[in-house]
Amino acid sequence: MTFSLLIAQLINGLQTGSVYALVALGYSMVYGIIKLLNFAHGDIIMVGAYMVYYAIASFALPPIVAVILAVGVSTLLGVTVEKVAYTPLRSAPRLSLLITAIGVSFLLENGAQLVFGADQKSMDPMVTGSISMGGISVSYAAIVTIVVSVIAMVVLTIVVNRTKIGKAMRAVSEDMGAAQLMGISLNRTISMTFAIGSALAGIGSVLYLCAYPQASPTMGSMLGIKAFVAAVLGGIGSIPGAMIGGFVIGVLEALVAAAGFSMWKDAAVFLILIIVLVFKPTGILGKKIQEKV
Amino acid sequence: MRKTRISTPIRYLINTALIVVLWVLLTVVISASGLKGEYYRGIMITIGINIILATSLNIVCGYLGQLPLGHAGFMAVGAYSGAIFMKSTPAAALLRAGNSAAVIPYLIIAVVIAAVVAGLFGLLIGIPALRLKGDYLAIITLGFGEIIRVVLTNIDSVLGFKVTYGASGLARIPKFTNFNVMYVFTVLILFLIHVFMKSRHGRAVLSIRDNEIASESVGINTTFYKTLAFVFSAMLAGVAGCLYAGYLGSLYPSTFKFMKSIEILVMVVLGGMGSMLGSIISAVVLTALPELLRSFSDYRMVVYSLALVLMMLFRPKGLMGTYDFSMGDTLERIIDRIRFGGKSRKEVQG
Repeated sequence: MTFSLLIAQLINGLQTGSVYALVALGYSMVYGIIKLLNFAHGDIIMVGAYMVYYAIASFALPPIVAVILAVGVSTLLGVTVEKVAYTPLRSAPRLSLLITAIGVSFLLENGAQLVFGADQKSMDPMVTGSISMGGISVSYAAIVTIVVSVIAMVVLTIVVNRTKIGKAMRAVSEDMGAAQLMGISLNRTISMTFAIGSALAGIGSVLYLCAYPQASPTMGSMLGIKAFVAAVLGGIGSIPGAMIGGFVIGVLEALVAAAGFSMWKDAAVFLILIIVLVFKPTGILGKKIQEKV
Repeated sequence: MRKTRISTPIRYLINTALIVVLWVLLTVVISASGLKGEYYRGIMITIGINIILATSLNIVCGYLGQLPLGHAGFMAVGAYSGAIFMKSTPAAALLRAGNSAAVIPYLIIAVVIAAVVAGLFGLLIGIPALRLKGDYLAIITLGFGEIIRVVLTNIDSVLGFKVTYGASGLARIPKFTNFNVMYVFTVLILFLIHVFMKSRHGRAVLSIRDNEIASESVGINTTFYKTLAFVFSAMLAGVAGCLYAGYLGSLYPSTFKFMKSIEILVMVVLGGMGSMLGSIISAVVLTALPELLRSFSDYRMVVYSLALVLMMLFRPKGLMGTYDFSMGDTLERIIDRIRFGGKSRKEVQG
């Protein structure tokens, strides 16, 4: 493999990786706050992607409207799912919550199949063209994806660390009961977490369409699971961890594909997951939590 | 307290008789409905496969209290290993000659191979997976299930010769699963699970579900019993897969997607996690219903997932909770009712 090809693959990997990272952030934040593996998160991306597709391909709206629509609908959907399906189960066993999340995920997937049709919807790429840097051609789509996701992550870090709602989110994820005693509104904070996570998923869906301009009802499930792998790899509950995990998974996939094993890249991702879970279940940046009797 | 006691041998006798009666009944239904009989036979075989899958998942999901999402992977392993073995035997020629009795030894070997291979995979996956809990266990088994599918799809290109025939599918498997075979194996496996759960090993598994730390402190080797339950469940899924291969005659890796694992999970959860009767009822209903309502098939998965969410919201225990049916106990209660009339149990006791 030539050096320039390797670099090109690395940039490809960073492009997919930044989508994974954005999605992984949503998983990680929700997991950090209510200890729920939100299976439906991947499918929110799918709905967002359909919004972009319909806005641009069917109604010929300007891309900025499509982006706002995708982010808005994703956020709304995320919060609705939380209110309808997860809030009533807040004190239920974790297993029930997890099964509900799986149910919601499949409801969204199959609902989308009925509403949007089971076939893949392809559209013209939103961002075209590429730039040549020292013999390596980099598409504008890759640059846009990486830049947008980095900006989103920076904004998120500021929100979590510097604002009042961010403080509330950190407090609730640390100790729900104590946070409530301190006068933090649990419902509002959790809803806000879902809203932010889903908005990031909405951005992720737009960026995903930049890389692969097609939408299908099941696109979210594999994307979601891989993003979850990224979140676990980085250390679930940790925001920088989710970003690192996303980039690592993306680059790994690109390298496996570049080595000629593109059929095996899903297996490679899961293998990494298993190795991480077996040897360091807390991930790269996760904290060790001692179980109390 | 019930006053009537039916001794264990008589209970077994009653149950055996009822099983035979059910077999006769189903056979009569199949042969009496003429051309539609073939169709009914197919549905019943599918129901049998789903019963084995649901009850085997119920061991880990209901009795052990963990949530594995890779059951389809074990089914796939069993299906492929059983099918590859059957293809290497003269079973196809024997079946073509109409000599189905001569196939039985091969069939038993195939089922044993499927169970052993799936069990080995269960061991391989269970040891790392069971160190984790809850969501992590779910996601790691999901990962393993997907890896199995990817390997089945791509293994030929690595080996250099055809074993699984990749995405184009393993075809021309001898169709050794007929109604009787399915019936016998379903009954046998249900019996096995029942016996296992009533043994001290089964009690140990239940105690882990109820409180892992407490059961560990009374000297139960929790790692051993978790792995045992997991491997047992995987073996039975392998048997189901093998019978599935023998029923359809062809296998495709895409059948054993994550979706399949969820379908099985839906059966267990709707029936009630920890209830064998619940798993059986929901396996029967969820297999037969879409068949009987053909126009409904587009909405099948939507209804499944909606049912799953609603069940969790309004009746998280499932249809049956952890209730399990016992013919002997029910008979004892009926006989009590006849002998002591409408008096409440307390009065009878006093």
